[in-house]
Formats: sequence, structure tokens, C-alpha cells
Amino acid sequence: MRRYEALEEITEILTDELVVCNLGDPSRELYNIKDRLENFYMMGSMGLSSSIAFGLAISQPKRKVWCIDGDGSILMNLGSLSTIANNVPSNLTLIIVDNGSYGSTGDQLTYTHGKTKLEIIAQGAGFESISVIENKSEISPILKNLGWGCHLVLITTMPGSEKVENIPLLPEDIKERFMDLILK
Amino acid sequence: MSVDLKLYEAIKKTGINLLLSVPCIMLKGLLEVIEEKKEIQHIAVTREEEGVGIAAGAYLGGKLPAILMQNSGLGNSINAIKSLLELYKIPVIFIMSHRGAEGEKIMAQMPMGQITIDLLKLLTIETYILNSPGNIKNIIKAVDKAKKTKKPIAIILKRTLWGSPNEKI
Repeated sequence: MRRYEALEEITEILTDELVVCNLGDPSRELYNIKDRLENFYMMGSMGLSSSIAFGLAISQPKRKVWCIDGDGSILMNLGSLSTIANNVPSNLTLIIVDNGSYGSTGDQLTYTHGKTKLEIIAQGAGFESISVIENKSEISPILKNLGWGCHLVLITTMPGSEKVENIPLLPEDIKERFMDLILK
Repeated sequence: MSVDLKLYEAIKKTGINLLLSVPCIMLKGLLEVIEEKKEIQHIAVTREEEGVGIAAGAYLGGKLPAILMQNSGLGNSINAIKSLLELYKIPVIFIMSHRGAEGEKIMAQMPMGQITIDLLKLLTIETYILNSPGNIKNIIKAVDKAKKTKKPIAIILKRTLWGSPNEKI
């Protein structure tokens, strides 16, 4: 499975969840598949998507927050896994699409391509709900079944990005429409 | 009232309702007050940059967040300050103890401590320096400014806030 296909599957089952998406190709792909007011697209600060999603989750406990992160990104901010797992928000699903590479910078390999196992790191950090998905057909049933709680979902995909356009929104507009929706 | 309690009361008055922290010996007393009062949500984070991310997310969700940290953490946060807070116009309040300045005994603190104020200037972060208990009320002005401008601001806590530079800390 390619990441684009994984994102299509995820988008298919989204209802009113707030989504924080990792910068670069993942955000561009997600926008291309289906833009939603509930999506916050990161454009900078690589590594911080899980942290932004955690901050959002604790400030909006009545809404489900999904984070679409990547292997390269989470490897930059592994402390975030400890912070999330120890504070156990009841409304956060951290989805890591692990393609074993830095897709937005030319497919250089990450260490998950080698010996590193993110599901074991997450377990060590304290996550109690960890799902590993390798087949596209598993995405929908597993995510639908998770519901409320603090979950980590690792989806392994092939490297490679879809050729899509840049997001034609200004960062401030992404923020404003997102906040208007949440705080209205 | 102790200096730490005064700091706490001023922070509370601003409406800050989420505190993220990476500890510093100069912040020990304040962190104890925060934990004891349990009025403001407090979450320990593993690295200052992570705190910037959490603060940004919490602001999107309607909170007014601040990060308590040592000035060394400013170095760890620069990219996030620029490419997250500045890019999206998200105000976050940095409450920073200033190591590596007056009265510092640990050599390792000096290189970062000496450039901290210049670095904040370069980052165009408006900075409020608290060097005596009489300045603590400026926290309210500083937070108002952050809210109005939607820009991060820094509140620097100097050693002299707690007494003479050579005492205790």
C-alpha cells in the first residue's frame, strides 16, 4: 500500500474528527483527497504534529482528535510519545504512517527502514492501545473500532508520494477556519 | 507573600490556563506552588520544542498556554517559534529563567545565557525582564500584548527576583 491509499482509506471513514496532519507531502495529499474545515495542515515545524494534536486533544476533550504523523517526524520528537502516554488523553488517536523514508525531501531512508520498531518504542513509552496495520483492508475496520481513548496506530506503507499541488491556503487562513469551526 | 506565590498569582490573573514545563532549579518553587494549588492545568514536557507544539495545539482548541522553562530551552525551540508560532500567528507565552547571567556559577550555562537577550531580539520576540518583585505585575501587561498581537512573548526571570544573585540558586 502507498501512503496516498492509506490517506484515502482514513479520509473515507472520517466524520467530525479534528485532524492534525504532518507537513509536506502528507498534508498536500490529504488536501488533495478531500479538504475539510476540520483539518489542520502543518506547513513547518517538522516533528511537532503529535504535540500539536495532543495540545488540541487536552483543550477539546469532547471532540475526537486524529493525528496523521510520519516515521521521520515522530523520530524527531520521541519524547512526545512519553508525554502523550503518561497523560492519556481520552480522545486522541495518533496514526503514524511509516513509509521508512523522508518522502518530502527525496525519499532518503529513515531508521524504521532499518532496525527501529516504532510499535516497540510506543509500548516502552507507555501506550496501552497499539495497532499495527500492513494491509489496506484493515484500516477501516480497525480505526472504526477504536473509538474514544488514547490510541497509537502504525500503518506501514511503501515509500513514495503522489504528485499533487501545493495547498493554496495561507497558514493564517488554515488556522482561522480551523479555530472558527472549533470555537464557534 | 513569597516571590514564587506572587509570580503564580500574576500568572493566574492573566487567564493563562495551561502551563507546560521543563524544569529549572530557579523555577523549583514556582512549580511547587503550581502543583500544590492545582488550579491551572500543568503538564510536564520532555523538551521545550515539544512544549511549543503542545501550546500551539492548545491555543487552536481555545486555551491560553504558557511554557515555563530555562533560557537554554530557547535554543531548542527556535524553529518551532518561527515556523509554527510566527507562521500561523499563534501567541504563546514563554516564562524563562535566565541562567548563564549575573551570579552564575556553572560555566556551561554561560554561552547560551550571554546571548539569550540578543537572540530574543533577533527572533523579534518582545521581552519583559523581571529583575525584582516590583516588576512581577508586568506579567499581566506582557500577556495582554501577546493576546493582542498574536505573537509569542518572553518573560525573563532574573536571579535577582528571588534576592541577591549569590544567594541560594
